[in-house]
Amino acid sequence: MSESRVVRIASGQGFWGDDIEAPVRQVEGGGIDYLMLDYLAEVTMSIMQKQRARNADAGYARDFVELMERIFPRCIEDGVRVVTNSGGVNPEGCAAALVEAGQRAGVGGRARVGLVHGDDLMARLDELLEAGHELANMETGAPLAEIRDQVQSANAYIGAAPIVEALKLGADVVVTGRSTDTALTYAPLIHEFGWSPDDHDRVAAGVVAGHINECGAQCTGGNCLIDWWEIPEMAVVGFPIVEVSQDGSFVVTKHDESGGRVTRASVAEQIVYEMGDPTDYITPDVVADFTSIHLDDLGNDRVRVHGVKGGPRTDFLKVSIAYSSGWKATGTLTYSWPDAAAKAKSADRILRERLDRLGLHFDEIRTELVGWDSTHGLLAGEPPADLPEVQLRVGVRSSDRASVERFTREIAPLVLTGPPSVTGFAGGRPRVQEIMAYWPALIRREAVESELRVEVRDV
Amino acid sequence: MTKVQLVQLAHARSGDKGDTANVGVIAYDMEHYQLLREHLTPEAVKSHFGEMVKGDVERFELPNLGALNFLLHGALGGGGTMSLMNDAQGKVFSTGLLRMEIDVPDEIAITTAGRGRVPEGWSP
Repeated sequence: MSESRVVRIASGQGFWGDDIEAPVRQVEGGGIDYLMLDYLAEVTMSIMQKQRARNADAGYARDFVELMERIFPRCIEDGVRVVTNSGGVNPEGCAAALVEAGQRAGVGGRARVGLVHGDDLMARLDELLEAGHELANMETGAPLAEIRDQVQSANAYIGAAPIVEALKLGADVVVTGRSTDTALTYAPLIHEFGWSPDDHDRVAAGVVAGHINECGAQCTGGNCLIDWWEIPEMAVVGFPIVEVSQDGSFVVTKHDESGGRVTRASVAEQIVYEMGDPTDYITPDVVADFTSIHLDDLGNDRVRVHGVKGGPRTDFLKVSIAYSSGWKATGTLTYSWPDAAAKAKSADRILRERLDRLGLHFDEIRTELVGWDSTHGLLAGEPPADLPEVQLRVGVRSSDRASVERFTREIAPLVLTGPPSVTGFAGGRPRVQEIMAYWPALIRREAVESELRVEVRDV
Repeated sequence: MTKVQLVQLAHARSGDKGDTANVGVIAYDMEHYQLLREHLTPEAVKSHFGEMVKGDVERFELPNLGALNFLLHGALGGGGTMSLMNDAQGKVFSTGLLRMEIDVPDEIAITTAGRGRVPEGWSP
């Protein structure tokens, strides 16, 4: 293996609902070895779990299957392998749908689908608790037993090993459940370069590459604050491609001719996104030190990343648990000049008095003025009397669904029974939403790893 | 010394972890990193946000990137789907911090004037 060899991993989706043309452009642009597609976030798993409860075949990112039907032939022809956590809470269902999509796309007999499962702990939860895994809340220390009956989903964040195994077995597409977002990038690197698990610095470099890739265009000009008005051609923004060398150093870039911009600053903004303690970026395979990162802007939308240090993995995996925790709804009305904010605040006072007189029970009522303080809160100060307009936004949260239901009927009446110059109620009553609260926990890794399974199926 | 808003000296991005918002602040010019380090103490950031941050403010330094990372605990109304906030995932706490005013030498105030804002006459 030549030292100068470079593995190119393209990012195609930064979340479930991202630009569906981006991965198509990444594949058609050519010159890539892998396409990683990240579909999962903290709230996504509980949404998928709800979908699966209604329909046993659901619970994964269906958009992924539609996407693969478009790009499967080109991926097979070009040897581009796809790694994704689109499986959500039903990787089996996703893999089965993918095999069918591959047949429809004409790659039958020419493609193999890898499937990773075992991250889903929902069916094992009581057995795990009985075996002494407390699954205490990482933030509060409370034992899971307190909310056991409300749990809707429980998945361990899993690392590179099963993805690497699926790639070794010849999978052209690897579908997982709750693989970490970063593993979708660094698992192919471990596979390609044969990095040892003890090679902490290189694996940590792969983690940094994964962190930069995992939010799609957020490192190539999307949501970029620095000189955003100068960033060109955002309608066809290029998603990132990391070009990684054997030593772990890599270049972040994007396809020529695509829009957006890759600079030291655009990459730095993504590095600090959702950052905790930068010296202690914990993944299932390594603990990366983000303070060791060096960035060199090479110009022409190329930024070199090097110098990354890492340390040994911990004995635990993180578990993402979602539990139902009551109901909420948000209602909005728009008030116009003159004295728009005064009218909105008056309407809010009247609404709260009515809710109170009805004897409803809420754990929280929150009022914001969109157009004034809903983004910067108290920092916005008092609104001026000549504000042209403002949107009143009132949210309620309660363990009592009936109270939230009744709240949704109290917004529209304000149009005829409250302050004047009000509009913007055409959307109908607010929708009652079930709250899925997040319960982060740790589990000893062997309790999960002994149950991980990898299968490879022919299309 | 002149008071300037942080937006003249730094850009930023924020995100969430449960009920904690993070704000990463990055100096436009590496030479201003020390200035940011001196002024943006956890206490100063906590005081800037006031009641908006219920818990502690933690600060981490990333000198290689000219960046400081702040964790604002208890800032997201419970976080995730629990929160009733428009900005439930803390996406714009970054710009909230960039409103903060700090004292800088007059020369820096002059050379950075207008930085971080759309130039006059610009249109999309």
